[in-house]
Amino acid sequence: MKKSKAFLSYSILALVIYAAVQVMISSGMIDAYYQNMLVTMCINIMLAVSLHIVIGITGQFSIGHAGFMAVGAYFSAIATMKFGLPFPVAILIGAVVAGLAGLLVGVPSLRLKGDYLAIATLGFAEIIRIVFVNVEFVGGAAGMVVNQMSNWTYAYVGVILTILVIANFTNSRHGRGCISIREDEIAADAMGINTTYYKVVAFTIGSAFAGVAGAIYAHNFFIIQPTTFGFLKSFDILILVVLGGLGSLSGSVIAAVFLTFVTTYLANFPETRMIIYSLVLIIVMLYRPTGLLGTKEITSVFKFGKRGGSSA
Amino acid sequence: MLKVDNIDVFYGNIHALKNVSLEVNEGEIVTLIGANGAGKSTLLKTISGLLKPKNGNIFYETKQIDGKPAQTIVKGGISHVPEGRRVFANMSVEENLELGAYLRKDRDGIKKDFENVFDLFPRLNERRKQLSGTLSGGEQQMLAMGRALMAKPKLLLLDEPSMGLAPLIVKQIFEIIRMVNSQGTTVLLVEQNANMALSVANRAYVIETGKIVLSGTAKELQESDKVKEAYLGGV
Repeated sequence: MKKSKAFLSYSILALVIYAAVQVMISSGMIDAYYQNMLVTMCINIMLAVSLHIVIGITGQFSIGHAGFMAVGAYFSAIATMKFGLPFPVAILIGAVVAGLAGLLVGVPSLRLKGDYLAIATLGFAEIIRIVFVNVEFVGGAAGMVVNQMSNWTYAYVGVILTILVIANFTNSRHGRGCISIREDEIAADAMGINTTYYKVVAFTIGSAFAGVAGAIYAHNFFIIQPTTFGFLKSFDILILVVLGGLGSLSGSVIAAVFLTFVTTYLANFPETRMIIYSLVLIIVMLYRPTGLLGTKEITSVFKFGKRGGSSA
Repeated sequence: MLKVDNIDVFYGNIHALKNVSLEVNEGEIVTLIGANGAGKSTLLKTISGLLKPKNGNIFYETKQIDGKPAQTIVKGGISHVPEGRRVFANMSVEENLELGAYLRKDRDGIKKDFENVFDLFPRLNERRKQLSGTLSGGEQQMLAMGRALMAKPKLLLLDEPSMGLAPLIVKQIFEIIRMVNSQGTTVLLVEQNANMALSVANRAYVIETGKIVLSGTAKELQESDKVKEAYLGGV
């Protein structure tokens, strides 16, 4: 009973946020520039939350997330531009193909641990990028022209779906299994938890939602180029998760919102932009070494609901 | 109940277990003693499926279990308390115990075993909601054992439960091992503390650099000059 009540209040909150922003957009209070920022923010949230399930929940240090985003971006773009499929179908295709790519990469590489896994995922992401550079069908290095189809509604629905699925997964029996792997893999093994299976599942889900983010990203900026999805993009996503606090879903969301604001406003100071951005990161990590929220969720900070409860 | 038959285990090129055989009968406490690096933990890990033997077989209740994945073996009723406790530090005591029952589906049985574990370890009951990383070493060892018992094992594998604990706590832990055994769980105990281990065990094996060098009843080994010299301090 308590759980469904919490779910109801979160749903209402989600709807209120959506309605408020939608009203502001249609009344012209939010102009095209800030609309674009909102979509970027949503994309960043999806990327952060989808990496959070891999790093924060399962404890597998992957730094190739941009590669799966690229897969989602390109395959959804192919679906709309080459085959004329509707945008929602294209998003689904992007998610499924990115998930499959995650599965394909995850099965061999998740046997590795720590630094080795990080290097392997980084390598796979670069391979994905290089493949897109060399395929003429999608424009090669020059990039691929994509019509603008993303808007605030698509982006917001994507965020809600991402958070809903990943929060529910985390609170399920499967999520417990994943967390136990993060805490101590040998003990998890000894308890009879199929650690390889859960690592691959978490990795696949994370990749699929990175694919959704990629699809919405691809249809927002008129053009996609392989260079956008380089390892620097992977590090950007990693920064969001670490800054929010490893293991905290709401932390990832807050970090994504915060850093999107920071980058948007810093666009006014092009000369000092990267210096200020780096300083912000350093200061946050100095004063909150475990990230903005640590492993806690925002809900437990406000003593709202139970510890580690779902958040949205 | 458990029969290890001539197994060889390798870590890369290192031959960690050489032709090791061992038997555990139902209801017994069997202890395996030996120095650091003798291969005690390796043997336990091989039985519980964390490592795979290169040669030889392991039989458990007439089924062959060598090479089977760990979750199949846990489901079959063998539960392993790994060396160094390895509790899930950022989870509460209760959550740790719940994970011990991960493969079980019988809610009522799980509930009953919860109470049983808290009866065995009243200290854990006082700290149900506490994060297990903040427990003392002895309490963590109790939690690791409780967690393994939540899987309702027929055979409990204990890897150095006395490691790094004060003598008084060690005494308590061994008291509990005896209790667990009297409730019907068979125990295979790996120890460096040979004196303590031999005092609770029915039978014992001595392992040295990957080979079983001695075996017999605990009494026999307690009186054996070789064991006295090597493990019990003086003749």
